[in-house]
Amino acid sequence: MSDRGLAVVFTSPALLLLLAMSVFPLLWALYLSFTDYSATRGGPAEFVGFGNYTAILTSEQVHLRALTTLIYVVGAVTLQTVLGFGIAYLISRRTRGRGALTTMFLVPMMLSPVVVGLFWRFMLDAQFGVVNSMLGSLGLGQVEWLTRQRTALLSLIVVDTWQWTPFIMLIALAGLSAVPKYLYEAASIDRASEWFRFRTITLPLVWPLLLIAVMFRAIEAFRLFDLVYILTNGGPGVSTETMSFHIYKVAFLGFNTGTASAYGILMVLVVIVLTQLYLRYLNKLKEG
Amino acid sequence: MAVSVDEAVSTGPARDHTPPARRFGRRGRSLLEVALLTVLAVVMLFPVLWMIMTSIKENRDVYAIPAKFFGFTVTMDHYRDVFVAPDGGRSALSVSFLNSVVVAGVSTVLATVLGVPAAWAYSRFGMKAKKDQLFFILSTRFMPPVVVVIPIFLMYRQVGLIDNKLGLILIYAAFNVPFTIWMMKGFVDEVPSEYEDAAMLDGYTRVQAFWRYTLPQLVPGIAATAVFALIFSWNEFVFAIFLTSSDSVRTAPPAIAGLIGGTTTDWGLVAAASVVFALPVLVFAYLVRKHLIAGVTLGAVRR
Repeated sequence: MSDRGLAVVFTSPALLLLLAMSVFPLLWALYLSFTDYSATRGGPAEFVGFGNYTAILTSEQVHLRALTTLIYVVGAVTLQTVLGFGIAYLISRRTRGRGALTTMFLVPMMLSPVVVGLFWRFMLDAQFGVVNSMLGSLGLGQVEWLTRQRTALLSLIVVDTWQWTPFIMLIALAGLSAVPKYLYEAASIDRASEWFRFRTITLPLVWPLLLIAVMFRAIEAFRLFDLVYILTNGGPGVSTETMSFHIYKVAFLGFNTGTASAYGILMVLVVIVLTQLYLRYLNKLKEG
Repeated sequence: MAVSVDEAVSTGPARDHTPPARRFGRRGRSLLEVALLTVLAVVMLFPVLWMIMTSIKENRDVYAIPAKFFGFTVTMDHYRDVFVAPDGGRSALSVSFLNSVVVAGVSTVLATVLGVPAAWAYSRFGMKAKKDQLFFILSTRFMPPVVVVIPIFLMYRQVGLIDNKLGLILIYAAFNVPFTIWMMKGFVDEVPSEYEDAAMLDGYTRVQAFWRYTLPQLVPGIAATAVFALIFSWNEFVFAIFLTSSDSVRTAPPAIAGLIGGTTTDWGLVAAASVVFALPVLVFAYLVRKHLIAGVTLGAVRR
């Protein structure tokens, strides 16, 4: 068989699976987004043009969810980046026990969101939760973590940070250990201060990698669903309803399948556009 | 690199004459760093530790106020309840664990069988719009699951794959194929194609050359990639909860999530189930720790 034929034979089964399970559903969602289809009502779908899209884009509710999602993404990713980089920096300065330390810090990242959500729901319980128990023994007041509007969103950010700080740490650590030693040696011959070395050698070299890690985290955080579902179920009220969770409610509790599809397509578009802009910026940074 | 040499010129005595005060400062800082790391490690690991402790506590100790860190009675009752139903038969949880094993295992095998040959082809042959194809493959992973699950749900309802293990297997395989291709392409790139060329001069066909010379060298890479796919399928929740409903099909994540809600939650049981469920993942993650970075970023960031 020719190489060309072989390439087709070897790649097409994988591509076919992707077409059937990813592209086809996405196209279907695109089609549904222009109709008033409802999964429960059934019946023929009526074409409504851009009706769903204008409804979503002008909806007060959606604006509020977008704000919630933005606060959550910015808050969580910032915290994770600072903490993750900090831990990586501290680990990279140790000579012994690095491997063991790294492996230990990675545990939260490997756990299922369900398990993580349940862990924390238990620990943040207002009555018998261990967090309030510890606050109590320190003489501090009790906090209703998951049942007050402000603290619920904060709890979500904290839990996400707990799970994903290791991710940033892992990538930052890779960047840090890739910095050539001779640069530091040169700097120490020059008697450069610690801070100067950090600012002029470490940070510029790790920065691009760190930005990629931030992008991965931001995409994941933007589409967060499972943790919300387990930890707060969107509540209290709608204070922790992210956009993904809102789509779920529109689709599976409100059964407005068409509207939910338009909402989803818009989210995909946002991800694609922002990622492209970000990658372009990253490439410029690399050249510059 | 902007390492300035001028900084060094004017400064005083030779460099080995560090004043004692400064040396102490360095020591103090090192101690501070160790202390900081310890605190961070404790914070990161405490929730896991607390879950393990909860899973071996008797119920009255689980709900004790203030929380009991020491001096509770150790019991294995919760672990027994994870596997054995109150009437003595198999519990619903243990059935869901078994479902998870089947679904994660089969979908991983499927993703590997489809992904590895494709990765090899992408690595070895020039193809039309190869970069576009590879980017398309990667992009299928960036869709929010909640968006995809709506049409998948409708599609599965048409063909009778709702509440069916095969349905989950197919969607997990589809989610793992992009990952497998990207990760494996990196591993194949590292095996020199000269081996295959030499084998072909000896009269083997290209497929035989791949099978006899390249594939054996890829085994460690395949193992690492498969473990990642396995972890992903094992932990996945969104598709699992929307596409399955009956106890006999449900995988473990929605089954464990089903333990909460209602008026009371048996947190001891939740803790024990979570620990049992998390154990294989931790073991697997330890096995692939060297490939973690490539793995968690779909091979997009290589070392």
